[in-house]
Amino acid sequence: MSADNMHIKLKVWRQSNSNTKGDFENYSLDHVSPDMSFLEMFDVLNEQLIEEGKEPVAFDHDCREGICGMCSMYINGRAHGPLKGVTTCQLHMRSFNDGDTIVVEPWRAEAFPVIKDLVVDRDAFDRVISAGGFVSVNTGNAQDANSLPIPKIAADEAFAAAACIACGACVAACKNASAMLFVSAKISQLALLPQGQAERTIRAEKMVAQMDAEGFGNCTNTGACSAECPKEIGQENIARMNREYIGAKLSSSAV
Amino acid sequence: MSWFSQTLTSSIGKKLLMALTGLFLISFLVIHATINAMIFYNDGGETFTHWGHFMGTNPIVRTLEIGLIIGFLVHIVDGLILWKNNSEARPIKYAMNKPSANSTWYSRSMGLLGTLLLIFLVIHTAHFWIPNRSNQFATGEELNLYQMMLDIFQNPLVVLIYVLGCISLFWHLLHGFKSAFQTLGLNHIKYNGAINFLGTAFSIVVPILFALMPISIYLGWVY
Repeated sequence: MSADNMHIKLKVWRQSNSNTKGDFENYSLDHVSPDMSFLEMFDVLNEQLIEEGKEPVAFDHDCREGICGMCSMYINGRAHGPLKGVTTCQLHMRSFNDGDTIVVEPWRAEAFPVIKDLVVDRDAFDRVISAGGFVSVNTGNAQDANSLPIPKIAADEAFAAAACIACGACVAACKNASAMLFVSAKISQLALLPQGQAERTIRAEKMVAQMDAEGFGNCTNTGACSAECPKEIGQENIARMNREYIGAKLSSSAV
Repeated sequence: MSWFSQTLTSSIGKKLLMALTGLFLISFLVIHATINAMIFYNDGGETFTHWGHFMGTNPIVRTLEIGLIIGFLVHIVDGLILWKNNSEARPIKYAMNKPSANSTWYSRSMGLLGTLLLIFLVIHTAHFWIPNRSNQFATGEELNLYQMMLDIFQNPLVVLIYVLGCISLFWHLLHGFKSAFQTLGLNHIKYNGAINFLGTAFSIVVPILFALMPISIYLGWVY
């Protein structure tokens, strides 16, 4: 391991709670393996801080295999770091150089207040889902899904949208802190499937209304969200959401 | 709030207004560039003045002109509202940010480019449109716009301002044209290629055509 040992300097955002003003702290790590994930490197930092009797850095993480959407670090000016199509937990230290200084910040958005250090409150996403991201039709059990014929192309498109893990990188990367990639993925995955038809119009109206109420910004079609999305959710979903919303407003029974 | 005003004041509604007014202003640019390009006949402004007279006196065109002013105002005011909303959506900025890794600078600078265009628009209308319409209102007579062009574009500073205005227009259109279609939900593999090609071509051709007008007059190619 000694041959591959890396020295890493960290500049990490520390903030004790949502009411206090935070600031950057500098740390130095002398025993980092290039095979470590970025979060494992943070584990090493926290071990070191605990041994020194200091408060460890709070950061969100859960599955550490790129599917839960919990990890949420803005690394060197990029959501989930420098790689394309990966979450922070799937980013490894081999993507950095020995001696690098790495700046780590929380997601920055009015709708995502900092709870502590690098942890932000993403309940706004849950409230958008509660507003309309569901189906009321009985979809049965696992085997029933296989007995419901759905064209391959619709299933594929819906699946591509459903790959969204709601990590919030789209909001973090967008210059306007807009949540439109997230909301459009959730609207799309249901609008494309037969189970989602009953609530199709009301869903688009309610989810967009909730998104606006949460204080997210407005999309200006820069494409930054798709470029930084760990699941590479495409811009065509935002176009679909716009169609769904305009169509819903023109045709729904809510006057 | 009625469903209609609710729609227009929603996030997507405000974007929709930007897209629709933007495409309307693009259609105005086609007419404006076409008629002004008549100066390249180099016939002492005869063709240009003929069509300028039509545009300045035809009742249908004059009515559409009110729509054009409204279109400009909606695009400007809505743009300012969106800019304010969007800056409020991220009150604390990143200490380190690399947006160039995920998007083009001009797609992120539509507000800045639009502001430059607004400044240009004030200068430009003060040169031609405002004096001409005021004179029409006061005396019923049109001004000799061709002669005014020949006079105004003798000043190299004015020519420079117009060229800078055209450069701002190029970057603004390069994002705005395609962005309008995306906002309207018109994103499809069948016609994305055509929209991209048309958007890029339009953004290049129209500003170059406009920029050539003051340059040609200043250099004496058109007289």
